[in-house]
Amino acid sequence: MSGIPHDHYEPKTKGEKWLNSRLPIVGLLYDTIMIPTPKNLNWMWIWGIVLTFCLALQIITGIVLAMHYTPHVDMAFASVEHIMRNVNGGHMIRYLHSNGASLFFIAVYAHIFRGLYYGSYKAPREITWIIGMLIYLLMMGTAFMGYVLPWGQMSFWGATVITGLFGAIPFIGEPIQTLLLGGPAVDNATLNRFFSLHYLFPFLIAGLVIVHIWAFHTTGNNNPTGVEVRRTSKAEAEKDTVSFWPYFVIKDLFALAVLLAVFFAIVGFMPNYLGHPDNYIEANPLATPAHIVPEWYFLPFYAILRAFTAEVWVVQFASFVTAGIIDAKFFGVLAMFGAIIVMALAPWLDTSSVRSARYRPMLKWWFGILVFDFFALMWLGAMPAEEPYATLSLIASAYWFGYFLVILPLLGIIEKPGSQPTSIEEDFKKKQLKKADKADEHFSKPDATPAE
Amino acid sequence: MKFIKIGFIVLSACLVGSFSFAAGGGGYVKDFDFSFEGPFGAYDQTQLQRGLKVYTEVCSSCHGLKYVPLRTLADKDGLGYSEDQVRAYAEYYEIFDPELDDYRAAVPADHFPAVVDAGAPDLSLMAKARAGFHGPYGTGISQLVNGMGGPEYIASLLTGYTGEEKEEYGSVFYENTAYPGKWIAMSPPLYGEDVDYDDGHANDIYSEAQDVAAFLMWAAEPKMMARKHSGFVGVLFLVLLSVLLYLTNKRLWAPVKKESISS
Repeated sequence: MSGIPHDHYEPKTKGEKWLNSRLPIVGLLYDTIMIPTPKNLNWMWIWGIVLTFCLALQIITGIVLAMHYTPHVDMAFASVEHIMRNVNGGHMIRYLHSNGASLFFIAVYAHIFRGLYYGSYKAPREITWIIGMLIYLLMMGTAFMGYVLPWGQMSFWGATVITGLFGAIPFIGEPIQTLLLGGPAVDNATLNRFFSLHYLFPFLIAGLVIVHIWAFHTTGNNNPTGVEVRRTSKAEAEKDTVSFWPYFVIKDLFALAVLLAVFFAIVGFMPNYLGHPDNYIEANPLATPAHIVPEWYFLPFYAILRAFTAEVWVVQFASFVTAGIIDAKFFGVLAMFGAIIVMALAPWLDTSSVRSARYRPMLKWWFGILVFDFFALMWLGAMPAEEPYATLSLIASAYWFGYFLVILPLLGIIEKPGSQPTSIEEDFKKKQLKKADKADEHFSKPDATPAE
Repeated sequence: MKFIKIGFIVLSACLVGSFSFAAGGGGYVKDFDFSFEGPFGAYDQTQLQRGLKVYTEVCSSCHGLKYVPLRTLADKDGLGYSEDQVRAYAEYYEIFDPELDDYRAAVPADHFPAVVDAGAPDLSLMAKARAGFHGPYGTGISQLVNGMGGPEYIASLLTGYTGEEKEEYGSVFYENTAYPGKWIAMSPPLYGEDVDYDDGHANDIYSEAQDVAAFLMWAAEPKMMARKHSGFVGVLFLVLLSVLLYLTNKRLWAPVKKESISS
């Protein structure tokens, strides 16, 4: 499957040969799990396994929750309380599921920013990147619809606000909104279709995850140097790589265990910390909560949505040029989706011939600001829509677009990249020598109190 | 990175101290101490029982607890009443039975009745539906350190009446230092010595407010002890697993790393 030369599965016994000639499934699994992987992957390469685990966790806990949940406006809220009080272990399953969504998004953001820093999106890995962005969009859809299911106040009003965004699309917005809601407003039909889709989407994600893995197994993993594995001979490839099993499986499992220890502490000791108290009040179409705030993982894009008000000159200009078809609300929606689209277009916006930011002295700084910008937007998304937050949101949103649309294309031209190692082997060796030196220094230090 | 982290922790520690109580125009929530706080905190059974008494004799005339099954009053890590005691307590309530098409005395299998006549909110989830602590500046650090503050909010609200009242559009509003917006429609429910505790515990307004707040926390989160236990066992095993996997990983990679240096 991979372009990197390596050993393939050879059926040996008669039974293996019999199966292999009919269905080469063992060979497929063997090649997947034994794929040559760059030796020098660092700890930012653990998130893929964490994400796969999260998907499995969410599907398994979700299927159990669906056994006890009732998707009806009069019974949904009570059925969640039934799960919390009467179902054996129900409170843990629900808290694992609701906090599992947060773990999922922490992992996906780390995974995406890893890709942005080390240039994992660049040729020949554009398809992997695009599939990843599709998975991320589906995750957001799934998480949003899942948050509606408990039918609390934030569920109801969050659904009202977000589906309202689609209503802002000129001409076809209203029919789309009606289709999403199954009627003129958020009601039982909405809850039913959201439940149905919330159950469906994870399986679409699972399918795309397989394509995602297939794609990067074809191109081979990127690595912190961005230098490709040498493929001219098997012997050379083996100097740059180790097999995924057991080297990276064990490493990733270790990282997963550490993360899960923190995760279980959150689930066990503060399971409602990441949620909103208003969602423990049953949905009431007649009472609007004081602040409608989405879950934390939507906040950066929510901030971008709100940043473009009618007072912003870009919005006024767009409105003038399109004779009012693009109003402030629609502009905000375009900006929010645009923020994800520019990220998806990174492979074509980045003009640099160097992949990893490790050897890009200027990009490093701009990338650092982008990470800061992301957290700033997250914070701004939770603040009320007033000054100074509105102006700050606008600046932060502008930087997000500026990074992808201006900085990435420009840096490829003006930046003078540093020198890259010739091979992964060299990079790995250098790192191990450095570590060994450090250890030597540590041991050769003269003892303050020598043994007598 | 390390410096940033340390700086962040120091900064948060300073901010939490100064901002957790700051809020203008109501919203003053006192950080009461509850026995169930922290990873190892547990419900105080006698306090929950006292809280039930306050609920029964004062709150229940206007507020329901419709999601709480009466049988859970027998939960061992909750109020811990015997089945006979629960049965006797249940009879206190009259509930409507659609099968009989008539009212009858409640049994342990029923829930606490919903009370709708007074237009007062149901209290089943109140301790989770209110956040006593916020910020500072939307960072969530206060909640991280002090907890969400549901029961603290309830106790602060019950003890936060100033005695001032005003009439607006025919309704009376009462000034309360804990209520966001300061003016609340609920008249002061507790004045101190409203109930006589069976265990002879002090029944001043602060004791009563904290007792009923603790009881409402239990009503909202009856499985808290089981949850903390699961969390603790989970963390313990995962830390152990992490150590084993760390050692396995180190040993597994050792020859690969050694070879790379010697080559």
